[in-house]
Amino acid sequence: MPQTAVLTKLTDLANPTRFLSLAARILPWMAGITAILFAIGLYLSFAGEGDYQQGMTVRIMYVHVPAAWLSMMCYSVMAASAIGTLVWRHPLADVSHKAAAPLGAAFTLIALATGSLWGKPMWGTWWVWDARLTSVFVLFLMYLGLIALNRAMDDPGKAARVSSVLILVGFVNIPIIKFSVDWWNTLHQPASVIRMGGSTIDSTFLWPLLIMAIAFTMLFFTLHVAAMRNEIWRRRVSAQRRMAARMAGQKTDNTAEKGA
Amino acid sequence: MTHTFYIAMSYGIAALISLCLIAWVWLDGRARSRELAELEASGIRRRSTPKPEGEKA
Amino acid sequence: MIALLLRDVKLSVRAGGGALIGVLFFMTVVAVIPFGVGPDLNLLSRIGPAIVWIGALLSSLLGLDRMFQTDREDGSLDLILMQEHPLALTVLVKCLAHWLGNGLPLVIASPLLGLFMNMDEVAIGATMLTLLVGTPALTFIGAVGAAVAVALPRGGLLVSILVLPLAVPVLIFGVSASYAAVQDPAPFMPPFLILVAITMFFAVLGPLGAALALRNAGD
Repeated sequence: MPQTAVLTKLTDLANPTRFLSLAARILPWMAGITAILFAIGLYLSFAGEGDYQQGMTVRIMYVHVPAAWLSMMCYSVMAASAIGTLVWRHPLADVSHKAAAPLGAAFTLIALATGSLWGKPMWGTWWVWDARLTSVFVLFLMYLGLIALNRAMDDPGKAARVSSVLILVGFVNIPIIKFSVDWWNTLHQPASVIRMGGSTIDSTFLWPLLIMAIAFTMLFFTLHVAAMRNEIWRRRVSAQRRMAARMAGQKTDNTAEKGA
Repeated sequence: MTHTFYIAMSYGIAALISLCLIAWVWLDGRARSRELAELEASGIRRRSTPKPEGEKA
Repeated sequence: MIALLLRDVKLSVRAGGGALIGVLFFMTVVAVIPFGVGPDLNLLSRIGPAIVWIGALLSSLLGLDRMFQTDREDGSLDLILMQEHPLALTVLVKCLAHWLGNGLPLVIASPLLGLFMNMDEVAIGATMLTLLVGTPALTFIGAVGAAVAVALPRGGLLVSILVLPLAVPVLIFGVSASYAAVQDPAPFMPPFLILVAITMFFAVLGPLGAALALRNAGD
């Protein structure tokens, strides 16, 4: 019964208390690996030769491409957690997509900022309504909307369920935006698409890019686990505060009865 | 405006945003764990954790 | 089902409903544009289809939060949730009623605004046709937002923010199809057919998502 074994493993992990102890164990390791990877990646990206112009600005890509990739991956993680929330009614999945939304917004912001800093010297403008830029901007707005939605509701369980419906509907929108982009461009302006086919990337540029991408991904997972842990703690604090208030209320009732 | 300026700017912004994120997660975690510790100290704990000795139910 | 459709249409056309307000808002938005960009008729006729589309998009957002909110207030939402029909089907009917009350008037009003914008007949016809096909998609997308808003204490504005990014593809293809009808080299059919496809896609996804959100927001 390998399937049931996997299932029990998953349910074990799904217990918030187990998750907390696991997080406490692996967080230092993940943080360490992230730091090492960033050190190597940053060293490689500045050690590579950059005496000709394109080579200089390519360094921006070492930050930009991983951030952009993460902005998409983060949404996929959120969509997976949203399925977890809706199908299995899992509390940890709620926590997961609530914790991931600010991270996704931050990485999308990095991708947008570095992208426009690359565009200024290369295209001569900070912003073009290029398809890809616009779709990433829309993604950013969706992250902010989800954060706002989560903030707007008091009951965390209900907020999680409702926002996961929205996450799933929004996930369908991502490929639509990506496809619409081609049509839109052919009708308005033909090109200014960033094209970096695999063959054109020299291995001197590929290695730093790859390591930076892994470093950013590790950073995301570290922060995600930490943010999930914080969210679990926050819920416990509020639950215990409620309990404390109830106990205090009972106590004052008792003393009032005694006094009377 | 040199290219170095743009590179420095983009790395700076990326570092700033990531550091803000890390600081937020870290400070949030510290604040929450302190709150939990305070609650623990004032004798309120989760129902599932066993009560220490010498305390009436 | 038919009774529900008729009831909702009647409610939205009645004085308190959003139908009239939506059309008025549409006309106001479009009328404000020339004050912003100046009364240059050539420029207006060039950007006309886009302006009309954006106006329709904004005013279709206007009535969205009323879609389930009024039902919740008078308790009929609980009845809808309890009945044995599939909830998604009920939501689909409610969407159709909402579109008949709020979307169709926009489509009917659009040729008039096209005349104001100095668009030629082909452009007006194309814009009207794309609006006719595209506004149901806006309603279906909006249904998800409206269902989410039921759970919120004051959700009206937040719904618009959540729904607008999802409506971007509809806007892109609607506007590009209207332009393609006017400008020669670009073919009209491909963007128009994609717009039809988007509408049909959201006709399935929207009610399903809205039903899911309503069930989850109910308890």
